[in-house]
Amino acid sequence: MKNVIRVIAASLLVASMAACTKKQEVKPSEEAPPPPVTETAPVQESGQYTRDSLDTDSCLRQRVIYFDFDRSDIQSQYQEQISCHAAYLSQFPDAQVRLEGSTDERGSREYNLGLGERRGNAVQSALSAAGASSSQLDVVSYGEERPVCREHDESCWSKNRRVEIVYSAN
Amino acid sequence: MLTTMRTALLGLATLLFAQVAAAQGLSIDIVNGNPTAIPIAVVPFAFEGSGVPPGTDIGQVVRADLARSGQFRTLPKENVVEFPTREAEVKFATWRLLKQDYLVVGRVGDAGNGALRAEFELFDVARQQRMAGLAISGQPSALRDVAHQIADLVYEKILGVRGAFWTRIAYVTAVGVSPNIQYALMVADSDGYDPQVIVRSREALLSPAWSPDGRKLAYVSFERGNSSIYVQDLATGSRQLLSSNRGINSAPAFSPDGTRLALTLSKGGNPDIYVMPASGGNQNRIVQHFSIDTEPVWAPDGRSLFFTSDRGGKPQIYSVPASGGDASRVTFQGQYNARPTVVDAKGVKLAMVQGNGNVYRIAILDRATNQYTLVSPGNQDESPSFAPNGSMLLYAASEGSRGVLFAVSADGRVRQRLVLAEGDVREPAWGPFRQR
Repeated sequence: MKNVIRVIAASLLVASMAACTKKQEVKPSEEAPPPPVTETAPVQESGQYTRDSLDTDSCLRQRVIYFDFDRSDIQSQYQEQISCHAAYLSQFPDAQVRLEGSTDERGSREYNLGLGERRGNAVQSALSAAGASSSQLDVVSYGEERPVCREHDESCWSKNRRVEIVYSAN
Repeated sequence: MLTTMRTALLGLATLLFAQVAAAQGLSIDIVNGNPTAIPIAVVPFAFEGSGVPPGTDIGQVVRADLARSGQFRTLPKENVVEFPTREAEVKFATWRLLKQDYLVVGRVGDAGNGALRAEFELFDVARQQRMAGLAISGQPSALRDVAHQIADLVYEKILGVRGAFWTRIAYVTAVGVSPNIQYALMVADSDGYDPQVIVRSREALLSPAWSPDGRKLAYVSFERGNSSIYVQDLATGSRQLLSSNRGINSAPAFSPDGTRLALTLSKGGNPDIYVMPASGGNQNRIVQHFSIDTEPVWAPDGRSLFFTSDRGGKPQIYSVPASGGDASRVTFQGQYNARPTVVDAKGVKLAMVQGNGNVYRIAILDRATNQYTLVSPGNQDESPSFAPNGSMLLYAASEGSRGVLFAVSADGRVRQRLVLAEGDVREPAWGPFRQR
């Protein structure tokens, strides 16, 4: 009789210990729910930049893309610049950029407004394709109204045919 | 004795007047000349009023207007040796000796209530006949307007074409260096006098466009950060924001009856031509194409528009019905044709900016003969705008790093430079005939 009671007591003890163990196993998962997903980020070298990188990273510090006369296609030498800005923008979804398109002085002012916009749009497309969200990008054309120089020669004209990547304050 | 004194006084008045003109910072240099110009003598107008002589030398304003048109060779003031003020005092032999075809004489007297009355007479020297005579009254402060109206009448009587001296011009000035450029949209008399500031801005202003009644200017402003179109009443200064969509809002143009505005919008993805009510309202797209379509101008009958499009690769001029439809190409000569403007009342002649290589010049196309005439020398000439009688045009050019305006006769023979005292001048727009 005493042995039966010992066995029952031992069984109850084991059962209660098992129950305790199970409760302990449940607790950790209840205390740490998974983080909410706000946006699916494309697969990039994500996390490579900090906010400061805009001022310190040599690629991100490049803010101007230049164009050939009457052209709005982006030359291959600017691919790296497109990529690093797109990477920054996709890493920081709250970052906003204004793409300011300009032309040289030749030809009519109004047509040049259109040409400046075409260049801004080309940079916008390239940044989107490389991972930036379209809601982060805004295109403004200034045509020939914002020259950086005034001489009437190609060395000046080439400096005016450009899109400037302008980060606005968050 | 009296005549000598009067001559001396007139000489003094002229000298003072010239100094005032210089102080305004206005410089008009005649660059070329017209060998077939009509010789005409304008005798200084006598002052016969009781008070102080007016500051305006009417004869000089008339003389300068006629000379600027390129159609007349005016006798220099110093070669005027007789001073008739009315028909009875005219000795035709004198003017025949001086080889003048026409003679203008006049006088200014009191009209009551502080106003002055200017009377003029126009004579055909060979026929020894009076062709015209009229009296026009105005306040002393408005005597330049009176002088321009006299010049218009003389012009019309001799040439059979309405004069356009009594008109105004709009233009944009830019003073300073980026990023501290101060822009202003200005309106002045068509000889550059009496400039008034219409708008001041730290952001670019461009494309001023007159309403047909001369009361309003539409223009493009970047003050909102993006190109937007405003229409402003010149008398009151009040203005309305007509278009501020995403993208480009530019190239406004009033229809000939003033009820509609053509404009360029890129809200649809690329610059297209739209038409909307001039007082605001729905914007209807009438040209839709993936190319850049811009710079619409109305044909004089209001039923079609000319515009610039690069759908063929480079900018050329096209035509489209104002209600929409197929666009047809108008220019087939020159690598680059843009910024069309209508020259004549029938819409047969179009002026434009024509580019070949790096040289941009103003060209006039006669659509009846398909002939192009180049009327400016280049290299960065732009923004042609015609006087309402089609006889002269304004355009913008570069001199060194500075923008200046030129006025040219429609045949390109006579060119004058208008220079402001400081800054860069661009975007001229010649206003319509004025109403009394």
